Amino acid sequence: MSSTQKDAPAGPAASAAGLRGRRKLSPMAREEQRAGLTLLSPTLVLVLVMVVLPILWTLVLAFQRVRILNIRTAGIFGPYTVANFDNVFSSSFFQSLATTLAYSILGTAGAIILGLIAALALRKPFKGRTLIRASMLIPYVAPIVAVTFTWTTMLDPQFGLVNYWGKRLFGWEEAIPFLSERVRDVSLLGLEFQIPTALITVIVFEWWRSFPFAFLFLTARLNAVPDSLEEAARVDGATPIQRFFHIILPQLLPTMAMLSVLRFIWTFNSFDDIYLLTGGGGGTEVVAVTVFNYLTARGDIGAASAQALVLALILGLFVGVYIKFFAKKEEVS
Amino acid sequence: MAVPVETRRPASSPRPPEGSRWTRDVIETRIFGVLRWVVIVGLVLVTLFPFYYMFILSIRPLDSLLRDPGSLVIPLAELDWGSYVSIMTPQEDGGQGFLRFMGNSALVALGTVLISLLVAIPGSYAISRLNFFGRRQVSALFLAVYLFPSILLAIPLFTFFTRLGLRGQLVALLIVYVAQVIPVTIYMLRNYFDTIPTSLEEAAALDGASRLGVLRRISLPLAMPAIISNGLFVFMIAWNEFLFALLFLVNTRPSWTVSLGLSQLAGSIEVPTTVLMAGSVILTLPIIIIFFAAERLLTEGLTAGAEKG
Repeated sequence: MSSTQKDAPAGPAASAAGLRGRRKLSPMAREEQRAGLTLLSPTLVLVLVMVVLPILWTLVLAFQRVRILNIRTAGIFGPYTVANFDNVFSSSFFQSLATTLAYSILGTAGAIILGLIAALALRKPFKGRTLIRASMLIPYVAPIVAVTFTWTTMLDPQFGLVNYWGKRLFGWEEAIPFLSERVRDVSLLGLEFQIPTALITVIVFEWWRSFPFAFLFLTARLNAVPDSLEEAARVDGATPIQRFFHIILPQLLPTMAMLSVLRFIWTFNSFDDIYLLTGGGGGTEVVAVTVFNYLTARGDIGAASAQALVLALILGLFVGVYIKFFAKKEEVS
Repeated sequence: MAVPVETRRPASSPRPPEGSRWTRDVIETRIFGVLRWVVIVGLVLVTLFPFYYMFILSIRPLDSLLRDPGSLVIPLAELDWGSYVSIMTPQEDGGQGFLRFMGNSALVALGTVLISLLVAIPGSYAISRLNFFGRRQVSALFLAVYLFPSILLAIPLFTFFTRLGLRGQLVALLIVYVAQVIPVTIYMLRNYFDTIPTSLEEAAALDGASRLGVLRRISLPLAMPAIISNGLFVFMIAWNEFLFALLFLVNTRPSWTVSLGLSQLAGSIEVPTTVLMAGSVILTLPIIIIFFAAERLLTEGLTAGAEKG
């Protein structure tokens, strides 16, 4: 019912700016205008030159036959072609797109759930909580190269710790090549499964690496939930599980929605983790790794641009759909 | 079933008396009381174990690792700091030259911090305080840049710097890093400026201070906590960065950063794992020190905007 009102400028700041824009500017306002742009100009120039223009150039490159070898002769208004998109719409690209999706959806969901569990477990104060909270953030801030190297060593089939203890404690007959094996047959309760070993390993790594991020934000949000709400529910006889689902969770949902968008975007684009863990082998080749290989190993700048562009478009589509259908609903409820 | 009233009674008092009946509330509270500690201990083990493993491998000799890969104790009997010597010694003297890589990393990271703060402080002040045309659009632009896939950006920048012949220079990396971190820096600083009341600045302006004078004498000192935490945050991003370092510097070993050096050497068979673990410790240690020194500042700065929504 208030849809017409919503279209009007939202805050007082916006309406003030709108009015001022229409009327003649006072000398004071004009001075402010100039000062604002002057102070901002170094930032703006830097971002335009180093980010916006390059992205526009990628658009051009995607439609040109540019390789590392002819890079010096290629112009901006060179001959255009759509040939670069041929290998975008090939089966191998769709394969890596599917891998990227599985990796980012499962990685995001797991990291947020783990972060939620951690935030809830560390909610009540106890001695040493501050230290434990801080150390729980280390996987997220530590250098990616160092932690991936440690993980690859831990999972190494020859002298890795996991396989050593796996053989001792769980009776594994042979070492499991966690980071290079594509599929493994597993039988559980008499049923035969096929699981993608390497893909699952990188997803588990992603959980370990980024649950602290979710933990940090959910902890901040949990601190802001007023105690009185929960106290009232407790007096009314709500059990811990009921209090969680009816009091705490609804308060956390907007933060979790924001986290899932952010984490999804970052995981969808992520390159470092998978490149350093598996190099894209064992069925873990995500689109970012494909793009990188086209760029460096093949030196095919045009094809790399085309694929990166499609990646960005798909990402934009997901985020747009999400914002349209989910973010609005939460605002209403 | 027949006693709903009686079962509700004990639960409805805020704290059921000791030894009360096994209501659902009591059972759940007890289970979660235990489960909570299980979860905490489990999480601490899982998060910290890889770092412990990193450390013990870095002080063991290689043959001890190959002989007994499952050992988890600090090898007091065969403690060996040789890996650290070997990783830091310059390449000419038979080492891996990480000292030089550390210098490169520090140079790029500190440069990124300085330049990005120099550029972002006036910028974020303008966005927070001054009303000018296009202010909202600029904020939106920065957010979009922040969320943009860096692999997409890597292609044109790689092409551009190859063409200029600047690829392989630390300067190129520095410029790219500054452009990458500026949106976050502006976002964090603007949030902080928004929380500082304007009355002080207005008073100074009434006393005849110029706009730059106000920024330098009033706003800057007030925003110092945010500026410091931001600088540390940017330092960590630049120190940890891998993709652009790999793209730009891989062919020029003298200008490798620590991250790049470790990743490149990890692929070769000549360098023992224990030596590379020492390299990992050297790469990780500065970050952990900074993080624990400024943990409060950093986490508060990061989540400052999040509590609103």
